[in-house]
Amino acid sequence: MMFAPAPFLLKDASVSQVMTQVCLALVPGIAAYAWLVGPAILVQLVIASLAAVAAEAAMLKLRGKPLAMFLADGSAIVTAWLIALTFPPLAPWWLVVTGTVFAIVVAKHLYGGLGQNPFNPAMVAFAVCIVSFPALMSQWPSVGLKMPLLEQLDIILGLMPRADALTGATPLDAMKTALKLGDGQIDVAQLLANQDIYGNFAGRGWEWVAAGYLLGGLWLWQRKLITWHAPFAFIAAIVAISGGLWLYRPDAFASPLFHLLSGGTLLGAFFIVTDPVSGCTTPRGKLIFGFSAGLLAYIIRVFGGYPDGVAFAVLLMNLSAPLIDQLTQPRIFGMKGKQP
Amino acid sequence: MLMNLFKFKGGVKPPTNKTQSTGRPIAAAPLPSHLAVPLHQSIGGTPRPVVAVGDKVLKGQLIGEADGWISAAVHAPTSGTVVAVGPGKQPHPSGLDADCVFIEPDGRDEWIARQPFDLVNATPDAVRHYLQQSGVVGLGGAVFPTHGKLTPAKTVPMQELVINGAECEPFITCDDLLMRERAIDIVRGIGVFRDLLQPQKVLIGIEDNKPEAAAAMRAAVEACGEDFVVVQVPTLYPAGGAKQLIRVLTGKEVPAAKRSTDLGVQCFNVATAYTAWRAIAHGEPVVSRIVTLTGNVRQPGNYEVLIGTPMDELLQLAQPNPDTDGIVMGGPMMGFLVPEPAVPVIKATNCLIAHSERLFPPKAPEMPCIRCGACAQACPHELQPFELYWHARAKDFGKTQQYHIFDCIECGCCSFVCPSRIPLVQYFRFAKSEIWAREKEKKAADEAKTRFEFKQFREEREKAEKAEKLAKAAAAQAAKKAAEAAAAAAAGDAPAVAVAEKPADLTVDPAEAAKKAAIAAAMARAKAQREAAQPKNTDALTPEQARDMAEIEARRVQAGIADAPAEAAAAPTATKTEE
Repeated sequence: MMFAPAPFLLKDASVSQVMTQVCLALVPGIAAYAWLVGPAILVQLVIASLAAVAAEAAMLKLRGKPLAMFLADGSAIVTAWLIALTFPPLAPWWLVVTGTVFAIVVAKHLYGGLGQNPFNPAMVAFAVCIVSFPALMSQWPSVGLKMPLLEQLDIILGLMPRADALTGATPLDAMKTALKLGDGQIDVAQLLANQDIYGNFAGRGWEWVAAGYLLGGLWLWQRKLITWHAPFAFIAAIVAISGGLWLYRPDAFASPLFHLLSGGTLLGAFFIVTDPVSGCTTPRGKLIFGFSAGLLAYIIRVFGGYPDGVAFAVLLMNLSAPLIDQLTQPRIFGMKGKQP
Repeated sequence: MLMNLFKFKGGVKPPTNKTQSTGRPIAAAPLPSHLAVPLHQSIGGTPRPVVAVGDKVLKGQLIGEADGWISAAVHAPTSGTVVAVGPGKQPHPSGLDADCVFIEPDGRDEWIARQPFDLVNATPDAVRHYLQQSGVVGLGGAVFPTHGKLTPAKTVPMQELVINGAECEPFITCDDLLMRERAIDIVRGIGVFRDLLQPQKVLIGIEDNKPEAAAAMRAAVEACGEDFVVVQVPTLYPAGGAKQLIRVLTGKEVPAAKRSTDLGVQCFNVATAYTAWRAIAHGEPVVSRIVTLTGNVRQPGNYEVLIGTPMDELLQLAQPNPDTDGIVMGGPMMGFLVPEPAVPVIKATNCLIAHSERLFPPKAPEMPCIRCGACAQACPHELQPFELYWHARAKDFGKTQQYHIFDCIECGCCSFVCPSRIPLVQYFRFAKSEIWAREKEKKAADEAKTRFEFKQFREEREKAEKAEKLAKAAAAQAAKKAAEAAAAAAAGDAPAVAVAEKPADLTVDPAEAAKKAAIAAAMARAKAQREAAQPKNTDALTPEQARDMAEIEARRVQAGIADAPAEAAAAPTATKTEE
């Protein structure tokens, strides 16, 4: 007697389809990134992917799980790409590998593998590395520096000394440091006038990378792989707090647009706070999660010691996600009012 | 007719696969070689068989008598001989047997004397009774006895009567064809329901992928001079679920814990209305129904099929392809593979789908849940299936109830969209049946415990009373003996030997008896202390149980069995107030 439970008809959907689409959605951002800093980012994507797949395979083997089925789900690749996109593009290869392996082995598999990780693995990798290797994690290539692939490779592989001239801070970091050092003598407008670092709205060129992420994120939303709640709330929070402070003192605080297009804001909004495994799942929960993460990210990036705050904000909110979910259960069919 | 329609959240759009079986009109299936008519074909009590082996039966003759109010009669689908009454395989996923009446057709298909029901002079109760006797049950799939749904709520005025012709499951077209071909009888049947329920309006909901059926129904409504509104609702599975259709047509949401009549609305399937009218106008009880034969077959179509027809025999009419490896009863979203091909067609059988791996490819292996929330977006009851899954898997059934597992209608939308291919509905069915089983067990255990504790309590009290009585009697006897001895001594020189010998058993008397009495008293004290200190067996009584016990005690006192009513009735409440 054959046993197969209903439904017999199934929609054509799979985890690997979901993950493939997330990767596809990252492509516009990656393209802008590669155009901005050169092919180094592509090299990092490959390094991170290889490290992720190797770590994933090793862990699956150790845990006695079917290799082919889980390797094909593509979740390790998504993690790897997010790591590569958040790490400095000229970071030494072992830094990316360390971050990726830590993400896959500790943040993912030690917690039970796919679907079980309480923390976003890519953000864990970022947090671990920025705490352990703060200098390397803060060295970003100067924009406009066109370096041939071979030279970039040499730097990544450690075959060439890391010349200080090649690497500086991110625009976000540069702004914060300058404002702090200027101690009230320099205002935001003066800083933005430096066209070596800043473009029309934010970091020169980085605006386009951010626009690429926005494009990919909107596509994910249109494909119904993510809902509007978390990205909207995340962006709203950053706009609200940065806008408030900017209106209050435009000389000391950068504009909302600057914050939207700088650092990990848009990558975070569409690809990080939307992570269903480590984030909230109820509609109201997603709003709370996104909004709180946005506030925290702003506070950490502007008043904290790290170049950006998205990773720590997301990890802090990951901690609270189960509780938020429990407290925001939606009404169900047939139930009057909003509360269960 | 313009009407404001409402939406329900969620829902999915599987490929409908309906046109395959709508090409040809309904045909009568030939008499099968044998029939197995299950007695239990509706929700509620199992009808009692009223025929014996060897009996000749006519088509439409009663063979199973309704057992209780929620139960419906079962009739012989054709004329023939009863060859057996006993267990037979059922079209149920459990594969368990249930009692059937096995009939060998005589080939004449000879009806009983059919008498139309006198609707004009009948009381509503008489109509409901007649429908029960005619075996009219919900043919949409739930097979709830129809007469049980034809009483309006006492406090809420009946606003809408919703007639379900949505037929949202893919592949199934039996209601579609019935509406196209027999709309007049359906409308007349709806008229009967309307007269019993007295709603303010009647709404007939049909999915907009069945324009022919909607047109036929509109024409019939007009021809009958009725004011029923035929509404074409958007095609979105599960729009044909009673609660979803009620929502779409009236905006009302019926919660799991309520009856729709409490909200002033009731819902029937079109085929149910049709069979009700056949019973009333033609005196024909429900002995057949329309069944869609489709799937992996060369000749899909709809047939009027006798209840009890073996499915494999019936499916041959549609010429199944050789790679057919099973029969699905119902649609592809909520149906199930029958445990063996020869199980009988029952009143709930709306569709048989020849199953093959080509038609329904085997599912990819189950992956872990990634909490993507696709299921929650698809759920028409706005549940959180991934949370339910999590807790059902962990067997944390309390949590599943907290997440409203009993609001799940098992429509299959969540499983349909799940990218991890998790058979979510299966988990929910498992959790539900576990909860039911546990509740049953717990209820039985609770009852047994209450009985046992009361027995223990009574025995202990009786023992104490007995000990007290014994002590009193012993003391009295000792006093008597002592008095006698004193009297004897006073009477003079009683034989010393006798006196000397007697003490051997007489020393018992004064001293021992007093000691015994003292022991008994001490035991009683200790027991009282113990009872005060420990939670009393009878502490956790519900007010009803306490009242029952008080009554019992009162009777016991009246009968002179007990002497201390205060102890029994007041003690539990007293200790409670102390706490």
